[in-house]
Amino acid sequence: MEHLELFFKSIFVDNMVFATFLGMCSYLAVSKKVSTAVGLGAAVIFVMAITVPLNWLLDQYILQDGALAWLGEEYAAYDLSFLSFIMFIATIATMVQLVEIIVEKFAPALYNSLGIFLPLIAVNCAILGGSLFMQSREIASLDLAFNYGVSSGIGFFLAILTIAAIREKIRYSNIPAPLRGLGITFIITGLMAIGFMSFGGMLTGGDEETIKEEQTVQVKVKDNDKELVINEKETKE
Amino acid sequence: MGLLSKKDIKLITDPLADNNPITIQVLGICSALAITAELKASIVMSIAVLFVMGLGNLTISLMRNIIPSKIRIIVQLIVVASLVIIVDLVLKAFAYELSKTLSVFVGLIITNCIIMGRFEAFALGNGPVRSFIDGVGNALGYALILIIVGFFRELLGSGTLLGYKVLGDPIEKTGVYAFGYENNGFMLLAPMALITVGIIIWVQRSRNEALIEDN
Repeated sequence: MEHLELFFKSIFVDNMVFATFLGMCSYLAVSKKVSTAVGLGAAVIFVMAITVPLNWLLDQYILQDGALAWLGEEYAAYDLSFLSFIMFIATIATMVQLVEIIVEKFAPALYNSLGIFLPLIAVNCAILGGSLFMQSREIASLDLAFNYGVSSGIGFFLAILTIAAIREKIRYSNIPAPLRGLGITFIITGLMAIGFMSFGGMLTGGDEETIKEEQTVQVKVKDNDKELVINEKETKE
Repeated sequence: MGLLSKKDIKLITDPLADNNPITIQVLGICSALAITAELKASIVMSIAVLFVMGLGNLTISLMRNIIPSKIRIIVQLIVVASLVIIVDLVLKAFAYELSKTLSVFVGLIITNCIIMGRFEAFALGNGPVRSFIDGVGNALGYALILIIVGFFRELLGSGTLLGYKVLGDPIEKTGVYAFGYENNGFMLLAPMALITVGIIIWVQRSRNEALIEDN
């Protein structure tokens, strides 16, 4: 259940592009054709699925306050979290290079279709953003971190695919000349983001209900038996 | 002859208008949109980027002859990351509240494409002084858009500028609120940042027809 919730939350509610504006640069630059957009989207899912869990391990066992305790008691006082930017970006850059070499060797067809996008991904803010949000939202376990990486990647994929499809369609529309290209893409993205905001209510609604249940439980514990019955009736009504 | 030649001045003025990093080069959009709900955050972000870009361009330009081209991206990322860590720690020490508002977006200066873009396009092929000026110029162009967007979003969204209530008090109905004006809370939400930038692009390209794309 926790996995499912995180999965849908990262794709729709906290969508990388529409809610947090990450990966905007490549989103705007590579969305002129659907085929290239699919290539970049797939590469992002792939790289995020690797780097987010990796950075989670790094954060958990090296960077966090007291994370070095496994080395011995004298190391337990170190807090290396100020190094997280440089460690995360180094991990991402090396992983991207490594993935590029491996894919080129073992799957030349995939390499040709991803081709130029793989090296570009090292500087895609969605990737680093994924790791930084993973850190600031305190994702609890390794499999949740993997889930977060994959589903955020899918969210980016979804966004870039839809905008590429729309841009292919509007090529033949009569747009005011100064708005053509970049201008109208910004405005369409804004409208799409408004659409995606409607997903926001989906999961927060559930949270409120659980809070109410907890409150009634607390009342039950405090009150006498007679009052307990009255309380239950009230909540049922 | 002053300190700056005509070419150097052009390096600063070009990014402010016809070669703006955000609206023309399409670099550094992410942070421009995410943190502009308040003018103060936009200004601080602009200063941070100015610092990182100026010094980063200078450093890369000084090292440009000894960086092997195969690993240049990693070298560039390390240089930016070190500068960003300095900015982040300074912000945490002197403006803690603000650094919470900016949250991960300070860290994301590292992957702000405007910085990598200028490293690749300029600092790797030019001398240190010109690279520094180019970095400052582009950061100013970036700051200009950020401040325009931040100004309109804060003014229309919450009726304040830098936290001062310039339009009167919405609860006690003073100032323009006395005439039935209401804050447009929608301006504070994410989508309106995109639409505001879209409108800036529209205005800029209507004034200068040479910039219009052929789609």
